[in-house]
Amino acid sequence: MSDKSAASAAFKQVMKQYGGIFLSLIVLCVIFSVTNQRFMSVANFLNILQQVSVIAIAAFGMTWVILLGEIDLSIGSIIAVAGMVGAQCFAFGMSFVPALILTIAAGAVLGLANGVLTAKFLLPSFIVTVATMGIYRGMVSLPTNGAPAMIMEPSWTAIGTQSFIGIPIVIWVVAVLFLFNHILLSKTKFGRRAYLTGGNREAALYSGIKVDRLKIIIFMISGVMAAISGVLLSSRLFSAQTNAGMSYELDAIAAAVLGGTSLAGGVGTMIGTLIGALIIGVLNNGMNMLSVPYFYQLIVKGLVILVAVYLDVRSKRAKQ
Amino acid sequence: MRGIWKAERLPQVTLATLSMKGDAMETSGDSVILEIKDMSKEFGAVKALKNMQLKVRPGRVHTILGENGAGKSTLMKILAGVYQPTTGSITLDGHPYAPTNPQDAAKAGLTIVFQELSLCNNMTVAENILATREPSRGGFINDKALVRKAAELVKELGLPVSVTDQVGDLSIAQRQLVEIAKGLSIDAKIVILDEPTSSLSDSEAEILFEIIDRLKAKGVAILYISHRMEEIMRLSDDITVVRDGSYITTRDKTEVTISELIALMVGRDMNEIYPPRDVPAPALSEKPVLAVNGLSRDEEFDNVSFDVRPGEILGFFGLIGSGRSEVMNTLFGMAQASAGTVAIDGAQVKITSPVEAIERRIGFVTENRKEEGLVLSHSVESNISMVALNGFSSVLGFLKRKREREAANAEVARLAIKTASLDTIAGSLSGGNQQKIVLAKWLLTKPKILILDEPTRGVDVGAKFEIYKIIRQLAAEGTAILLVSSELPEVIGMSDRVVVMSEGKVTAIADPDQMTPEKIMHFATGFTS
Repeated sequence: MSDKSAASAAFKQVMKQYGGIFLSLIVLCVIFSVTNQRFMSVANFLNILQQVSVIAIAAFGMTWVILLGEIDLSIGSIIAVAGMVGAQCFAFGMSFVPALILTIAAGAVLGLANGVLTAKFLLPSFIVTVATMGIYRGMVSLPTNGAPAMIMEPSWTAIGTQSFIGIPIVIWVVAVLFLFNHILLSKTKFGRRAYLTGGNREAALYSGIKVDRLKIIIFMISGVMAAISGVLLSSRLFSAQTNAGMSYELDAIAAAVLGGTSLAGGVGTMIGTLIGALIIGVLNNGMNMLSVPYFYQLIVKGLVILVAVYLDVRSKRAKQ
Repeated sequence: MRGIWKAERLPQVTLATLSMKGDAMETSGDSVILEIKDMSKEFGAVKALKNMQLKVRPGRVHTILGENGAGKSTLMKILAGVYQPTTGSITLDGHPYAPTNPQDAAKAGLTIVFQELSLCNNMTVAENILATREPSRGGFINDKALVRKAAELVKELGLPVSVTDQVGDLSIAQRQLVEIAKGLSIDAKIVILDEPTSSLSDSEAEILFEIIDRLKAKGVAILYISHRMEEIMRLSDDITVVRDGSYITTRDKTEVTISELIALMVGRDMNEIYPPRDVPAPALSEKPVLAVNGLSRDEEFDNVSFDVRPGEILGFFGLIGSGRSEVMNTLFGMAQASAGTVAIDGAQVKITSPVEAIERRIGFVTENRKEEGLVLSHSVESNISMVALNGFSSVLGFLKRKREREAANAEVARLAIKTASLDTIAGSLSGGNQQKIVLAKWLLTKPKILILDEPTRGVDVGAKFEIYKIIRQLAAEGTAILLVSSELPEVIGMSDRVVVMSEGKVTAIADPDQMTPEKIMHFATGFTS
């Protein structure tokens, strides 16, 4: 009884907070299932989740950064760097676990550079990450002179191709990272401090929050999430591509903002970002199934983002 | 230190170049160039000016004297055409004068040099002085003529700057002089100077005073605003006192003394709005919890020393620019001192960040609650628990929401914060309740030393009284309180002793028998005890 009412209260809370975009997601699903009978199937939904995994994980990292009132445009490049680091590790004969650790560490280091330049050198993160976006993208080609690198390591490619208890490993990874980020943001001191600092940096400073350190750690989280996205992407492609993850930062920003993360900082949740990423995934998948040409897809995606964000902003304003 | 540095940088300037092509030197008492009659100005329900009167005569310096917030700036802005009066009339040279923008004022021959600098730092001195009036031909600026015209003016005024310098490369004092030159570059009948010496050293102020003397000789009327009493007595011919937006009186300089003027300016009775002490103030022989000795920070404050005992309320008073808030920021680790020591409980400490200040149990209710105090978009609860968050989380960093909520609830009850719930957005509460939230977040840390910088600014009378009661109660519990305020009655009504500052220096530490408005204002305008 009390469980039931608690569950319905939680559902109400979710609907209150995410009603606008949740509705958008459902409307999209309805449209696509009417226009295409194969859309509404378990197999296709698993497919959508797999397709959306790379963006979703990168968007979790992006949510932290935007929450702080900053931006990270370098994550698309970090995705490509991660794949190439993995490929090179195997080229040097490393085994899976050290290769994975090195790949993720590379993401952390690149994020650290973004964070230090922003927090300690007081450069705007927009400019810093525009610059590092180029630098990191260029670094991808260093080992191979611009050629793609094949990855034949079976344990690496298994991530993108195998299943565990009937569900693709990729989806497990998304689920675990979603829970990790969600709990870190909503249940811990660290998450609370990120919210407070994003809401008012000066007040956070005067309240004894180590704002610089927080900022650096968050850029590292963003780098690590992008690196994990890079692992997933390269494992599905069986290779590290120099143009992998190109412009993924825009999809990640779109997912976070669709999910209600405020670019002014201080507002946002991982649940919202997950729904935002799903909207983008459903749109891509649905239009692909309808064989909509790529350029129409771009136009439709842009319009849907505008409409969804507008509805969300309007409903929040109405509440105030 | 400060004086020497400035003296070295400034060449001695001779002022013999200004040509005296002025008209008749009208200094008799009869002619009036500017007259204000029964003027008032309301902003919504707030009456900034009531029943203002003013008669300004050519060739004389007329000083407007009043505390911060007495209505001087509003008056000047009306004359400059920035605001329009609600009632009343102005006549200029016998004609009605109702400027609707600063250009109108300039056309009528009235120029105003504001306290805040309005120069473009990325442009040269010449470009700034003649901004919008550049000599040009067919839309192209004649650079040579521009430099020549500006150089003539600078030479005439005797300013120690080159007109081709970038304004951004000048010192603040030099910029202030350029600002004055810009104001004087139009032929004015009336010149308004709003605290022109606030950032000038003595030698630079001398340059200004000589300029003023020569303007007077040319028959220009000067409206002068300043807080420095010696300066006012030296320059003024007429002095008008305003208080709480009302005209009080106009006196001839020769008829008044400084202490009379201060009494007129402060004037009001101390109302019964300060709760009395329940327990006596700690004796001066008790050991101080905080002892500050010779604290200095370049360009901000110099050789500041004071101490405070547990349970003592130490007031800080000073006019704008006196350095009070800067001292507090330095104590809290937001800025670093260049000299001096700070001791807590007798042990010398070095505080280089707010984190360290909080570890030493110092709390700081900052001057601007919206900028530095609250996260307005967040809930009452998360604002209250903001500083004491460590106390509400486990070793692994997970929040203990239940304990957080209980603690926040207790503070809301203790300080009588009026909020619908703990989840209400802090920004939606009234100023008084917001201020109580800022107090609450520091009280949760149980500070030994609590700095309150303008704790009742923008707070209504009822909430003010409640905040005073909280301050009294904290002191009774043994918290040492540093109470910074621009409101003289508040400082006198609440403090056990008052540190008075002027231009970065402590001019007096007033004990109760010296704590009269007249004496404190006397110290705040630069006199030492």
